[in-house]
Amino acid sequence: MVLTLTEILKILLLVLLVVCAVSVNLTKSLLQAVIIFLSYSSVMCILWVLMESPDLAITEAAVGAGISGTLFLLTLRRLRAVDDIEEGGEDGK
Amino acid sequence: MNKSRFLSWLYGETDVMEDILELDETSDESREQLKREKRRLRRELLRSGRAKKVIGAETKGFYALYHVVAVVSCIMLIGVLLFAVANLPRYGEENPETTEMVARYVEKGVEETGADNIVAGMILDYRAFDTLGESHVLFTALICVTILLRLDRKNMRKTYEDYYAIRGERFHDISREAIMRNVAAVLVPCIFVFGIYVLLNGQNGPGGGFSGGAVMGAAMIIFSAAFGFDKADRVFSKRLGAWVTFAALSFYSAAKGYVFFTGANHLENHIPKGTPGAILSGGLILPLDIAVGMVVAFTMYGFYNLFMRGK
Repeated sequence: MVLTLTEILKILLLVLLVVCAVSVNLTKSLLQAVIIFLSYSSVMCILWVLMESPDLAITEAAVGAGISGTLFLLTLRRLRAVDDIEEGGEDGK
Repeated sequence: MNKSRFLSWLYGETDVMEDILELDETSDESREQLKREKRRLRRELLRSGRAKKVIGAETKGFYALYHVVAVVSCIMLIGVLLFAVANLPRYGEENPETTEMVARYVEKGVEETGADNIVAGMILDYRAFDTLGESHVLFTALICVTILLRLDRKNMRKTYEDYYAIRGERFHDISREAIMRNVAAVLVPCIFVFGIYVLLNGQNGPGGGFSGGAVMGAAMIIFSAAFGFDKADRVFSKRLGAWVTFAALSFYSAAKGYVFFTGANHLENHIPKGTPGAILSGGLILPLDIAVGMVVAFTMYGFYNLFMRGK
């Protein structure tokens, strides 16, 4: 079986997707979890393009990687989970 | 009540009950004292052994009930879902309801809807009532967030300083940073134009109401983050958002609401479909796309705005 370049890329991205999904659950810091979740959305966006549905890719990029990330971060600030970002010492308290 | 006062109440500018309802005038200090007193009494009560036993028994009973209710409602939900799944046709089985419809959509979609993008033809023509429900779900979500988070005009934060002053925190004003401002000045117009392109081109290429509206909402969020609330309020005020959302939703309901009574059968369409591929094609699809896009854009911006400066 000979894999084309696109198929190899697809498999790599799918593996990355699983890694992202698992590591969101394993991260202790809420801020890191949000950032990993955003990268999950970005990977999913590329996968939508490879699966030939560009309209879903546009929506995923705007909603998944953009707006929901903003809302998550604002919620974290409201929960005072990211208060110490500026000092570089975010310990997810 | 005179009319202007009623109107100003309608727009949420004044509170009619302001002088009628009694306000709690106790100062912060005495309230603190009361709280401390309450805590002390509670501690004393807990220290006596008998009270501890009584309270423990009460809470234990309550938590047992809590667990029982949680388990029962979970089992009922699982039962309903499994029942629904059991009634679905088996995967890959011949099923006229699905296979015939798909064949019809793919073969006759372009001819019947006048849209090159078959997905837009499906979601805004054949299944337009699904999208009608979706836009109303978004609107309802925005209303719920508004009810939970909105502050009246007196307490509304105009700037980031206000926000942090109220919460007593240090503040870091991102809209003062040169990088943010200059990048946004270049990026925001480009993102807006791309969003409008995606919105208007929904019937011919990838895109449509939801994606275009989401891109435009993101552009509005970046504008607000980079230039501050006071400038953003001048362009996208809350009243403008409310009116645009209301107009878009009522246009959509007027155009497609009747399908709930005809059983999803469409009335005869008298709007010319145009040539597939042109911008003005697809009959009602383009106006419906614009309506959905407006609702999505203002909902996204409204979420950001309320999360940022609300309660």
